[in-house]
Amino acid sequence: MKLTEKEVEIIEILEKDARIPIETLAKMVSLSVDETEAILKKLEETKVIVQYTTLVDWRKVDGHEGVTAMIDVKVTPKRGVGFDEVAERIYHFPEVKSVYLMSGAYDLSVVIEGRSMSEVAKFVSEKLSTLDSVISTTTHFILKKYKHDGTVFDQGDQDHRIVMAP
Amino acid sequence: MMQQTKKSYLSETVARLKPSGIRRFFDLASSMEGVVSLGVGEPDFVTSWSIREACILSLEQGYTSYTANAGLLELRQEIAAYLARKFHVKYDPETEILVTVGASQAIDLALRATVNPGDEVIVVEPSFVAYSPLVTLAGGVPISVGTNGDDHFKLRPEQIERVITERTKALIVCSPNNPTGTVLHKEELEAIAQIVKKHDLLVISDEIYAELTYDGPYISFAAVDGMRERTILISGFSKGFAMTGWRLGFAAAPAEILQAMLKIHQYAIMCAPTMAQYAAIEALRNGEQDVEYMKKSYHRRRNYFVQSLNEIGLSCHMPGGAFYAFPSIRATGMTSEQFAEKLLLEEKVAVVPGSVFGASGEGYIRCSYASSMEQLQEAIKRMKRFLDRL
Repeated sequence: MKLTEKEVEIIEILEKDARIPIETLAKMVSLSVDETEAILKKLEETKVIVQYTTLVDWRKVDGHEGVTAMIDVKVTPKRGVGFDEVAERIYHFPEVKSVYLMSGAYDLSVVIEGRSMSEVAKFVSEKLSTLDSVISTTTHFILKKYKHDGTVFDQGDQDHRIVMAP
Repeated sequence: MMQQTKKSYLSETVARLKPSGIRRFFDLASSMEGVVSLGVGEPDFVTSWSIREACILSLEQGYTSYTANAGLLELRQEIAAYLARKFHVKYDPETEILVTVGASQAIDLALRATVNPGDEVIVVEPSFVAYSPLVTLAGGVPISVGTNGDDHFKLRPEQIERVITERTKALIVCSPNNPTGTVLHKEELEAIAQIVKKHDLLVISDEIYAELTYDGPYISFAAVDGMRERTILISGFSKGFAMTGWRLGFAAAPAEILQAMLKIHQYAIMCAPTMAQYAAIEALRNGEQDVEYMKKSYHRRRNYFVQSLNEIGLSCHMPGGAFYAFPSIRATGMTSEQFAEKLLLEEKVAVVPGSVFGASGEGYIRCSYASSMEQLQEAIKRMKRFLDRL
């Protein structure tokens, strides 16, 4: 789909801050509120904008720290459907946060979130490894998130500039 | 017994220089908590990491000695390539480019290398606060030419012609302009060029905001037909590359003038800081994407901020470049200083009174929109509240 420059700009702004007031957004791209709303509607309907989500630092919430694991999965592709069928079987599990088909040493990269290591381990051994097409899995637990989707966690946001300068 | 008055050690020229009008507001704003500052004349971005990293590497490799007086040849070659690529002006990196300590030093050198005692230098106002004092320090006489807010502060040839005398030596122009954000377009530059040629003037063109124009390509004064031979092009890394603290600028000019500037530079400064020069090489080689990103961000903030100012009742032209809005506050009946002080004290929003930038800036305030969207929205909210109360 070919988008106009303004449409791309609206997406870029929302990617950084999906909660920006529509009046502000409209001014930033020099459009009226109505025009901006129409563009948003179009982008949502065509699923270019799939969803508006919130980036949360769960480490800060007691009892919700959780664990994230990235699992390299080797699979046997099936005639006719390739990797799609096994990918689908995997991504339907709600604990699976993302699934990517990869080039290189393994085939699918699966990101799992769970409440504890044992919960993730249980999922891998009981659900993932037991799938017919899965040949092997390698599980990597994330120890600390420094940066996620372009945003640095715990970034010192202070402005070092002097308060007034010519 | 005779009373002995202590003699002053100060130069009379310096003693007579007026302190910058920004100072009082700076002290006031600095003493307050919770101020939203629109008074900062620099980017809100930190220098991009690849540039900072290149500087760190140069330090690790031990590049800590002087460079050539004119700056690293490698950097001058990059500057020459950059000027040719972006602004279609050609300079010889060996003899026509000088790396300076910020664009400010380049302006100082340009004046000191060309002004004879009593020479008049035309300063287009509202303008950056340093031009006139630097002309005075170089022994010249600054002649102010005020541009008109109702004309979006465009410089018109007849305004220059009106003040030209046989002592007129040079004209300082700055486009995009600090504080008005006004950009001079091709026809406007050409009209000025005609006058410049007719009266055989030298042009000191401060192009420090050249990277930040939003409504069309930038045209360097040196690129205007017949102007290269009489123009000292001054720019640097502070604004476009968000490198204010690195203090790195440059001048490009015909060899005769440039070499005279270099003569002063080698006695006064030796060379610009070496580590900053290595960072600048990286900026020119790989920084273009970051500049574009920042420019886009200012562009959106400009659109938001200027429209919002107009909505809350501060009439403001759409500035074509830099990161300043320069709205009129004449409708309030206050002077720009009164307005700025009252706004600061009552709503804790810091802006710079337009009068600081010359008499023709009276009735206006300078607001920098190089602040986060959150800060800008908060500033608009407070300014609206302030205006509603008046």
